[in-house]
Amino acid sequence: MTGFVYLTDVVTLQLDVEKCTGCRMCLMVCPHAVFEIENKRASIRNRDFCMECGACSKNCPEGAISVKSGVGCAAGILNGLIRGTEPTCDCDSGGGCC
Amino acid sequence: MNYRVLPGLYATGAPGRNSHVFVTGNYKLSFDHLRRALNGIDAWMLVIDTRGINVWCAAGKGTFGTTELANRIRLHHLDQLVDHRRVILPQLGATGVAAHEVKKMTGFSVVYGPVKAADIRNFLEAGEKSDESMRRIAFPLTERLKLIPVDLFYGKYYLLIVPSVFLALSGFTPAGYSFDLALHSGWKTTVNLFAGYLSGCALTPALLPWIPFRSFSLKGLATGWLVAILLASAGMLGSGVGDLFPWFLILGGVSSFMAMNFTGSSTFTSLSGVQKEMKTALPVQISMVIVGLAGWILTRFVDL
Repeated sequence: MTGFVYLTDVVTLQLDVEKCTGCRMCLMVCPHAVFEIENKRASIRNRDFCMECGACSKNCPEGAISVKSGVGCAAGILNGLIRGTEPTCDCDSGGGCC
Repeated sequence: MNYRVLPGLYATGAPGRNSHVFVTGNYKLSFDHLRRALNGIDAWMLVIDTRGINVWCAAGKGTFGTTELANRIRLHHLDQLVDHRRVILPQLGATGVAAHEVKKMTGFSVVYGPVKAADIRNFLEAGEKSDESMRRIAFPLTERLKLIPVDLFYGKYYLLIVPSVFLALSGFTPAGYSFDLALHSGWKTTVNLFAGYLSGCALTPALLPWIPFRSFSLKGLATGWLVAILLASAGMLGSGVGDLFPWFLILGGVSSFMAMNFTGSSTFTSLSGVQKEMKTALPVQISMVIVGLAGWILTRFVDL
């Protein structure tokens, strides 16, 4: 199974190839195989697979990756709208969600 | 119920100075998954304080994070316990942990293991490497089904109130109120409402890959209308445009909204994507339900 694809052309993922040293960390942490190595540097293979979890940018030692990460969760976005905050899930009270 | 494990250093088997150190959060089910996967392996388990939340959610919030991990490594004097300088984290913890910063703060290298604890043995046998399938999150039917109960109770007490109101209102006719009517045909409104609700929060998730459209709200609308067609052909929605039209709006709107909520349980939707989807879907869903509700009530009192 190759997995699901959500909406296309929406994610905020950006890779600055100039800064990349080819350490492969982004390939290791990405749960959706978004990256590949091309000419010893990272490149984005499957942009639309990205779920904006932020693991790649967090673990890029060179700061070459940026993404506006957050919960891809309608209830969380509604929570944020109602409370006037960033999208947030209710895990602290529920325990079993997201 | 308490699903917390006391954070700290644990051991499985008889670990020594060269044994692996596995890190997890202090949610009991995460801890148990790891413990089970390590059965027969001598290893250390460093349980960090994620306030009883699983690794993935805690990493998203930053509680399964760089600082907490670095503090725990120091607190439990890991550098005196083992001769190597490596800790193995579940891959899904990477959202909260910056490996290079942990290295800077503690001298320990972070190695990301597989997504699932069950793959740890293969990971170790392959020389601490995950192959691509061990790094990816899939979302098979069994896992989608497990998540359905989370959303079933989204409506909370409205699940009682709304059907009761419909039941009571269903007794109205242009000629006056009929308790007989409410008793004998009112139950249909309850069935319809729950069918629309379940269409969105159970049927759509179960059939997710087989329903056309990418956006969850459209998937839910499609399923909701399919259910509405089935109900209509079974005579559940009443007859005439005054009954059918409102029911299609209500069932479509409710199913679409509940399906959209399942984005939070899914493993592949992005924040930007859900925001884009909601911008158009939410106003449409609300309008559908309001117009449908108004139309259905109007039909109780006016002969169309």
